[in-house]
Amino acid sequence: MHDIILGFAHAWRLLITGDQDVWGTVFRSLCVSGLSTVVGCAVGIPVGAVVGLRRFRGKRGAVALLNLGMSLPPVVVGLIVYLLLSRSGPLGFMRLLFSLSAIVIAQTILAAPLIAALTVSAVESVDRRARMVALSLGASDVRATLTLLGEARFALGAAVIAGFGAVISEVGAVMMVGGNIAGHTRVMTTAIVLQTGMGQIDVAIALGIILLLIAFIVNFGLGFLQRWR
Amino acid sequence: MARELAIDARGLGHRYGAREVLRNVNLQVPRGGVFCIFGPNGAGKSTLLRLLDLLETPTEGRIIVGGVEALPDARPALRRCMATAFQSPYLFRASVEANAAYGLRVRGRPRRERGDRAREALERVGAISLLRLPAWRLSGGEAQLVSIARALAVQPEILFLDEPTGNLDPPNAGRIEALIREYAAANTVVLVTHNLFQARRLAHYAAFLHQGELIEQGRAEDILNLPRDDRTAAFISGEMPG
Repeated sequence: MHDIILGFAHAWRLLITGDQDVWGTVFRSLCVSGLSTVVGCAVGIPVGAVVGLRRFRGKRGAVALLNLGMSLPPVVVGLIVYLLLSRSGPLGFMRLLFSLSAIVIAQTILAAPLIAALTVSAVESVDRRARMVALSLGASDVRATLTLLGEARFALGAAVIAGFGAVISEVGAVMMVGGNIAGHTRVMTTAIVLQTGMGQIDVAIALGIILLLIAFIVNFGLGFLQRWR
Repeated sequence: MARELAIDARGLGHRYGAREVLRNVNLQVPRGGVFCIFGPNGAGKSTLLRLLDLLETPTEGRIIVGGVEALPDARPALRRCMATAFQSPYLFRASVEANAAYGLRVRGRPRRERGDRAREALERVGAISLLRLPAWRLSGGEAQLVSIARALAVQPEILFLDEPTGNLDPPNAGRIEALIREYAAANTVVLVTHNLFQARRLAHYAAFLHQGELIEQGRAEDILNLPRDDRTAAFISGEMPG
């Protein structure tokens, strides 16, 4: 018990004094997860919008596939990205393994289907009259679709937040493809795992507090958007 | 001849799956005035309206708007000459002002013009006091007024109104009827209504629709006072079996 209390005291000191290692890791995590979420949105929102709005043969299968993508096991994604990027893999020539780019790729693969699946339900939940009203007032097809997405903006915001929340708290895939290299590819989750294993409980607690705080802000934002809908 | 018609619909038929909703409808809407489409529930009036305002494509037949056939390529441009206020209004999740200005925004009008015309339209329907409110706070009647203002703001050559006073109290209904009369002096208004009293007060032309068929059309006073078909007469006298 004494060690834990001491760990908390040290953790606060690290946070307050602006420890470079701790805050560097936090900054790296936010950048990598933020970029993965942006790329995940760039892929997931258009795909989700098309699947949600268009009628086409195989739509049910597409929705099922996206829902399956939501529950992709992160370590399996990590393994696939690892195999693709490893020196003997088909993309090995790019020399991306154990880099931040590899982490972004893995996190994007995890975030995109989640954002796409939530986008499908977001656009499907918008009243169908929205599109008809937009067209009846002179909007083009594209403009009417954008209007419909605008009507789903709170649910889309929630999808983005959920995507970010999923990737920032992810550890398995990041560890496999990033390699957890100090000062280079170490992010909050992998640092917590490593520091706990090494017995440096104060650093792990400091990072855990920040991760919890981020998770709290993300969930608060999600709840706020859902109440606002 | 075609130029004197706002809309010329020829041989229109429409199906939803196996269900036939409209059958061989030939409808000529003259340019200017109020053209009233009336008929019992389920006659296909709202479907006909959605075909005429080019929101749906008929499974059979042709629609010619102002002498231009509504082929797929021509539809977006033709749609810009029209605007519709629906029976159950849908307002976008935005302010009343943004809703009223939507049609002008998609037409790329400057911000100042959008604001001025949206306010003017809201003033005309008696909803200017709602200007800053979020649309989702409005009552059904207020939403209907804003929906009418939104359609009016783009000053369409053809204005489609589906049961425009269905949710309104008598003073507001009277105001909207006066507005329809005034607007129809220079434009075409296609009005779908159950309300025969309203049809008598407003319509210059009328068409009676029954079970997906156009029974008769012509000058409103002829159709409403001296219908040629027994089904029209039965509906007008309230003796049509339900």
